[in-house]
Amino acid sequence: MEYMFFVCTDATAPAYDPADDDIEVWVAEVENRSGVHYGNRLRPPSDATTVKVRDGELGVTAGPFTETAEWIAGYDVIDCADLDEAIEIASRHPMARYGQIEIRPAWPFD
Amino acid sequence: MTGHGTPDRIAEAAARTAAEESARVVSTLIRMTGDFALAEDCLQDALTKALRDWPKTGVPNNPGAWITTVAKNRAIDLLRRASAESRAVQRLAREPAETQRELDNGDERDAVVADDRLTLIFTCCHPALTMDARVALTLRTVAGLTTAEIAHAFLVAEPTMEKRLVRTRARIRNTGIPYRVPSPDRMRERRDGVLAVLYLLFTAGYGAATGQSVLRRPLLDDAIRLTRLLVELMPDDPEARGLLALMLLQHARSTARVDSAGELVTLEQQDRGQWDAAATSEGLALLSRRPPRAGRYELQAHIAACHATATDAEHTDFARIVLLYDELCVVAPSPVVELNRAVAVAMSQGAAVGLALVDGLAARGALSGHHLLPATRADLLRRLGRLREAAREYESARQLAPTEAERRYLDRRLAEVAE
Repeated sequence: MEYMFFVCTDATAPAYDPADDDIEVWVAEVENRSGVHYGNRLRPPSDATTVKVRDGELGVTAGPFTETAEWIAGYDVIDCADLDEAIEIASRHPMARYGQIEIRPAWPFD
Repeated sequence: MTGHGTPDRIAEAAARTAAEESARVVSTLIRMTGDFALAEDCLQDALTKALRDWPKTGVPNNPGAWITTVAKNRAIDLLRRASAESRAVQRLAREPAETQRELDNGDERDAVVADDRLTLIFTCCHPALTMDARVALTLRTVAGLTTAEIAHAFLVAEPTMEKRLVRTRARIRNTGIPYRVPSPDRMRERRDGVLAVLYLLFTAGYGAATGQSVLRRPLLDDAIRLTRLLVELMPDDPEARGLLALMLLQHARSTARVDSAGELVTLEQQDRGQWDAAATSEGLALLSRRPPRAGRYELQAHIAACHATATDAEHTDFARIVLLYDELCVVAPSPVVELNRAVAVAMSQGAAVGLALVDGLAARGALSGHHLLPATRADLLRRLGRLREAAREYESARQLAPTEAERRYLDRRLAEVAE
């Protein structure tokens, strides 16, 4: 199954410790698995742009600059056998320690 | 055949069989088809057929085997008819001979199926499901209760419960929750998740034994039955045994907790002759000796065992109970555990020492708004002869008490100290 990991910040998590950040180890581990993997970090919400079309009119706005304490800081798309495997992989991501990871299964069009 | 029997007897035999065989039948069918709903439907169809056939043919000598065979045949039937793209059919197509042999072979089931039932329990209690969902699915799939029975027990409408079950099965499928016993390095956490579901069922049923909700009382038996099954499947797990012991020791006291007028009776004043001796000895036997690092259920069971083995309240080993609570405060810290520890300290070292601990809890703001805090303070103040303060605390406890039975109990206490 294909899962998307939303790597999120969490205001209640312990402070980020660069010395404990082993993201390279994690990426290497994930790259060594078979199946799809694609991921990256994301620029903060202040660099977001929102696009809408209403009645044929294009609307482009900067933001949204909502006052959320939690935002998406990165993403990964990973093939896993099942949810337990996805949970295991997510649990080893450094941001599981200073943030949180939301796992969402892909919903393919049949 | 054992004769034709009355409709009541037949319905009872069918219900009993459903309770006893549900986990076996459903877990086998889920493993082979990967489909919770299909497995449950096949069991229901078999039970319906039993209610239709048994009045004519009589209840079979082995109703469990009968139900199992009918449910399996129904599954084979449905799978053969199922559309080609379904997962179950692909699985059947991969290993038709093996699956067919398993479906046909009822005799080997203990060897094969014991694991299946454990798998089923772990899947139903997966942490990626909400607690409500876990409870509902476990009762439906492992315990074999009907949706209507579960809805009644949790005081929700039947369509609401049906919707919850449908969503839960869909979530298992959509999120990819595997049908598998967890890996050894996750076993302890996952087992704790299962025990939490079983204990929640038990406390829901146990609270009901005081009479607020007769409908929930069967949950007590279901919880014990399911925990017994877990102990049977994980015989070497001390926490599973601890939980079963705890349930049995508490259950042994349940009739003595309420007098003939429906009033609450405290542990101290209960007629110990009314305690269920068989349940007590079964509970104690599960706890023959204590390993150096016990878990939360094992510790609580040992505390219950201290009460169960004392001839009366006065001869209870409260010093040992305090030590057990010390450990419990480390393993599973909570304000309620601390409060119970304070009561045990009061019993072994004097009410004043206990009261100081309770005051410490109150000063931290722990348990504020909970009736147990003023009720405990009131009791200790009463023992110390500070009756006016005790009356004030009974009054605040009364205002916070959640049930009528508890309010009446506190009223009686209030009347005593006001005299």
